[in-house]
Amino acid sequence: MNGKLHTEPRIQNPDPLYKALSDLHDGLSAEESLLVDSKLIFFLINHIGDDAVVMEAIERVRRSTRSAEA
Amino acid sequence: MPFMQRTYDYEEFEYAPSPEELSGQSTRYPVVVVGAGPVGLTAANDLVYHGIPVVVIDEDNKVSLGSRAICFAKRTLEVFDRLGCVEPMEEKGVTWNVGRVFYRDKEAYQFNLLPEEGHGHPAFINLQQYYLEEYLIEPLRDNPLAELRWLNRLVDLETHDDFVRLTVATPRGMYQMEAEWLIAADGTRSTVRKLMGLDYKGKQFEGKFLITDVVMKNEDFPTERWFWFDPPFNPGYSALLHKQADNVWRIDMQLGRDVDVEEEKDPNRVLPRIRAMLGEDADFDLEWISIYRFHSRRMERFVHGRVFFVGDAAHIVSPFGARGANSGIQDVDNLIWKLKLVMEGKASPQLLETYNEERIYAANENLFHTETSTEFISPNTPGQKALRNAVLELSREYEFARPLINSGRLSTATIMPDSPLNTPDEDEWNCRLIPGAPAEDAPVVRGDERSYFLKQVGGVFNGVLFVDSPQAIPTDTLADLQALAQKDVPIETKIVALEPTEATEYEGLPVFYDADGYMKQRYDATPGAYYLLRPDQHVCARWRSFDRAKVEAAQKKAGYLL
Ligand SMILES: Cc1cc2nc3c(=O)[nH]c(=O)nc-3n(C[C@H](O)[C@H](O)[C@H](O)COP(=O)(O)OP(=O)(O)OC[C@H]3O[C@@H](n4cnc5c(N)ncnc54)[C@H](O)[C@@H]3O)c2cc1C
Repeated sequence: MNGKLHTEPRIQNPDPLYKALSDLHDGLSAEESLLVDSKLIFFLINHIGDDAVVMEAIERVRRSTRSAEA
Repeated sequence: MPFMQRTYDYEEFEYAPSPEELSGQSTRYPVVVVGAGPVGLTAANDLVYHGIPVVVIDEDNKVSLGSRAICFAKRTLEVFDRLGCVEPMEEKGVTWNVGRVFYRDKEAYQFNLLPEEGHGHPAFINLQQYYLEEYLIEPLRDNPLAELRWLNRLVDLETHDDFVRLTVATPRGMYQMEAEWLIAADGTRSTVRKLMGLDYKGKQFEGKFLITDVVMKNEDFPTERWFWFDPPFNPGYSALLHKQADNVWRIDMQLGRDVDVEEEKDPNRVLPRIRAMLGEDADFDLEWISIYRFHSRRMERFVHGRVFFVGDAAHIVSPFGARGANSGIQDVDNLIWKLKLVMEGKASPQLLETYNEERIYAANENLFHTETSTEFISPNTPGQKALRNAVLELSREYEFARPLINSGRLSTATIMPDSPLNTPDEDEWNCRLIPGAPAEDAPVVRGDERSYFLKQVGGVFNGVLFVDSPQAIPTDTLADLQALAQKDVPIETKIVALEPTEATEYEGLPVFYDADGYMKQRYDATPGAYYLLRPDQHVCARWRSFDRAKVEAAQKKAGYLL
C-alpha cells in the first residue's frame, strides 16, 4: 500500500469530536497528555494500516512545524 | 575499574623481540594487522586460512578485560566454522533463542530468534569476549604463517602508493617495518585512523549504563534474554539480564544521565541495586563493574589506499543488538577473499572498493538499528518517552503494538540486494534467499555422514547443482563443471541430490543428499537449478538451469576477475 494522505475536509462532526479529544486531556499533566496522545496515534496508525500515509503525515507535520518556528 | 574477576585467568602473552628489533633492518610483509581484538584476530585467522602470512601487533599482552561483548550471532559462528575455530566457542558458550521483555512488573512480549529447525549453528551463543579472543589466538599460536607480536604499539605510520611504513614501540624501544597491505583493527580509538587524520563522525548517546557481571550460585534463571522497561527495581529506566559461560550473568542497568560515575561504581552502591533485581534469595558474587556511555559513529570510507579499516576502528554502535563485534567479523569475512584475489593478481584492485561499498551498506544498517533501539530504550525528550511508554502500555492488551517494542534488534547477516557483485535473477524464485545474502544452512547427508551444507562451501567460489539424481546430469554439463573446477580462479561445484542417493561422489564431484528437504525449500530448488556462491558463502547468482557461459560471466563480475 502506498496510499495518499487525505488533506481535504473529511471530519463528519467536528465539534463533538474536538470536545471528546479535549475532554480526554482534561485534568492531565503535560506528561499524561503526551501519553494519551501517543496511544491515540498508535491506534490510528494501526487502523490506517498504510505506512506510507503515516510517513506523509509525519513529513507534513515536520514541515509545518519548521515553518511555524521560522 | 574495580577488578575482582575470579572466573577467568588472564594469560600474559610473552613479548619477544622481533627480527626487525634484533637486526635494525626493516622488513616488508604482505599483510600487517594492527590490533588483536576479536576483529583483528579473525582477520589473522582468515588470512592464514587463505595461505597468506600475517603479522599482528597489539599494544597489550592479554585478551580483552572485563565486561564487553557476550552475544555472538549465527553468521559469526558460520564464519568461525569456515575458519575451523567454532567448536570450543560453542562448547563453552551458552546457547539461547528466547527473549522476554517486561514492562514494570509484567511480561509484555517474548520472541524466539530461531523458530526454524535445520541450521548447523544456533541464533546466538553467549560467550565472554575474553574466551572468544582466547579461542581465536589458540590456532594462530602454532601456525607458521602467523606471527603475534604482543606489547607492540603502533606509534607512527607513513602511507605510500604500494606499501605502508609502520613505526612500532616495544618494551625494548622502537622499530620500523613495512606492509604491502595494512588492516586497521585497532578499535574505536584507532591510532591508524588518527595518524592518517581521518574522520569518525556520529554522536554520543546521553544515557549512562552500569554493566555488571555476577557469578550466580543458584540457578533458577533460565538461559534467556530478559529485558525490563521501567522495572520496580530500577524505576524510570531499563535493565537487561543475560547468561554467559561459567554461570556468569551480565546485568546492564540504565542510570540517570547526571549520576556520578565513580559513586555508582562503588560495590556498596551496586550490590543493593542487583539484590533488588535478583531478589533477596539470590546468592551471587560481583565479578566486574563498569560504566559505559555509548557511541554511534562511522568513518566516511573504510578503504584508504593500502589501508583497510575493520571493526570498531571503522564503525562503533551501541551494544543493543550485539552488532559491534558481530559486524566487525563480517567485515573481515567480506574483505579477506577479495584481498587474496587482488594480491594474487587475479582480480582488479577495484574489487577492494566493493569492500568499502558493501560494508558501508552494512554499517548503515547496523547504525540504524542500534540508534533506534537506543532511542527506544533511553528516550531523550518527554515526547519520545511518551511514545515509548504508549507502545509498552498498549502492548499488554493489543498485539499490534508489540512489534514496535525495541529492546535491541539482534544481529543478523546483512543482505546486500544491490551489491555490484550480484548478477540479477533472470528466473522466478520463491524463497527468502536472494543474491547478496549469505547462503542458507541446511542438513545434508553424504553416504552415511550427516552434516550441514555451510560446512561444505566457502574459501573459494562454489557452485551448487541441484539434481534429482547425479546420474541424470548430462555429460556436457559434467565436462563443464570439471572445467570450472580447473580454472585459474576455480569454481568448485557441489551436487545436491533432492532424491535419496547412495553416491558420495559422481565423476569427481562431491554429492550430498538433501535428507530433510530443507535445501529444496530454502533454495527453492528444482532439478537442474544452479547457484553460484562467493568465497564468503554469499549467493551472487543463480539460474533455473546451468549455463557455463553465464556462470563464468557471473563469477567474473563477482570477483572483478582479470
Ligand atoms: C558493554 C559492551 C557490550 C558489548 N556486547 C557486544 C555483544 O554482545 N556482541 C558484539 O558483537 N559486540 C558487543 N560489543 C562490542 C564489541 O566489544 C566490540 O565491537 C569489539 O570489541 C570490537 O572489536 P575490534 O577488534 O574491532 O576492537 P577492539 O576489541 O577494541 O580491539 C582493538 C585492539 O587493538 C589494540 N590496539 C589499539 N591501539 C593500538 C596501537 N596503537 N597499536 C597496537 N595495538 C593497538 C588494542 O589493544 C585491542 O586489543 C559490546 C561492547 C561493550 C562495551
